[in-house]
Amino acid sequence: MGFLGDVVSWFTTSAHWHGLNGLPHRVGEHVVLSLVAIGITLAIALPIGIALGHRRRGGTLAAAVANTGRAVPSFALMVLALKIFGFGTTPIYIALVILAIPPMLVNAYVGISEVDTELRDAARGMGMTGWQVLRRVELPLGLPLVMAGIRTGAVQIVATATLAAFIGGGGLGRYIVDGRSVQDNVTVFAGALVVALLSVFTEVGLGAVQKAVTPRGREVALADAVAAH
Amino acid sequence: MLVLAQEWVRWSWVADHTDEIRAALVEHVELSLVAVLAGLALSLPLGIAAVRWRRLRTPVLLAEGVFYAIPSLALIVMLGPWTGYLTRTTVVIPLIGYTLLILTRNVVTGLEAVPAEVLESATGMGYGRARRLFRVELPLAVPTIVAGIRIATVSTIALVTVGFVAGHGGLGQLIDQGLRAFVDYTPLTVGVVLSVALALVADALLLLAQRLLTPWIRAAR
Repeated sequence: MGFLGDVVSWFTTSAHWHGLNGLPHRVGEHVVLSLVAIGITLAIALPIGIALGHRRRGGTLAAAVANTGRAVPSFALMVLALKIFGFGTTPIYIALVILAIPPMLVNAYVGISEVDTELRDAARGMGMTGWQVLRRVELPLGLPLVMAGIRTGAVQIVATATLAAFIGGGGLGRYIVDGRSVQDNVTVFAGALVVALLSVFTEVGLGAVQKAVTPRGREVALADAVAAH
Repeated sequence: MLVLAQEWVRWSWVADHTDEIRAALVEHVELSLVAVLAGLALSLPLGIAAVRWRRLRTPVLLAEGVFYAIPSLALIVMLGPWTGYLTRTTVVIPLIGYTLLILTRNVVTGLEAVPAEVLESATGMGYGRARRLFRVELPLAVPTIVAGIRIATVSTIALVTVGFVAGHGGLGQLIDQGLRAFVDYTPLTVGVVLSVALALVADALLLLAQRLLTPWIRAAR
């Protein structure tokens, strides 16, 4: 129990729960960083994905965005953003947002564009305007997939925010970077454990939301599992 | 005053470091190949079992989904105490694990999409369960399974770079070098360009392989 025992005592040491390098502060930094990045990504990706899906245009573009997004390493994106924009929070946000746009945009596009044509025509025939069709037919039916994309993108942001510490940012990655630099493996492990729990918590929590907005028998497979950690 | 102009591509660095670049590229390919092949070797039986015994399906995919949510960086450093802080094993285990969700899901989707009439015809022709699986169901699921392999391969190639924390990130080592550079970013540029190019080439090769494996799909068009 040597190493794991040390990890347990790390968590029970009061000093690790107070101050700027304490767990509450670092978790707070990580959560705020992630929430702001998720908010910016939502504001960019959802309107574009939904608008393209509603017009059923840009399918090739959406697929290209998804494929390119998968091929770009998140670590590379962080380092590139740092070298282009310099130190600070700007490069961190830019990298996180660029990473999470593909899953959110593509799933919103697919969710809306794959709503049954007959249903859309029926709604049109009932005299609904394009806007009403979107609000009353396409969005409710496409919601499960839109939500699946939000979940994937959000988990990706929470996970990748760990890398922010490598380019001078805060958050839970600090324990990993700072611990590594002084070969304090216990701190490294403790930080990694907390960030893993936070990511899994995000995944499970948003998974529950996705389930809640999905009618029975209409469970969806993610249109595009974008994997970049 | 000394003004340092930042350089993104200095060809003389590239010329002086061809061995290092080649070694990083080779390690990158090896790690990706091992991860996807091992992931496939695990996902095929897992997927087949999840289709045969439907009760397995939800727990298997759920467990893989939770594993998938763990950040690669966190997982790699958490494996350190057991598999060594600077070993390839430490990098390859998470890489294999992350392919499972994508691959198993596509094996399951592909097998379940085989029409019931096809299964009945095969049984009627005297195919046993095992022979029907290998001669009928799996071949028909090939396009979906290859689609999964393509997603898993491209994302694995991107993910390998995070292995830099364990000293085995393939091209990630060059990106890490670029991170620590203040003037000459050539290693960063080379690492990023090669890893994206590698992902795109691998994707194109797999698409070609799928066309060769399933000639009947093109013939039908």
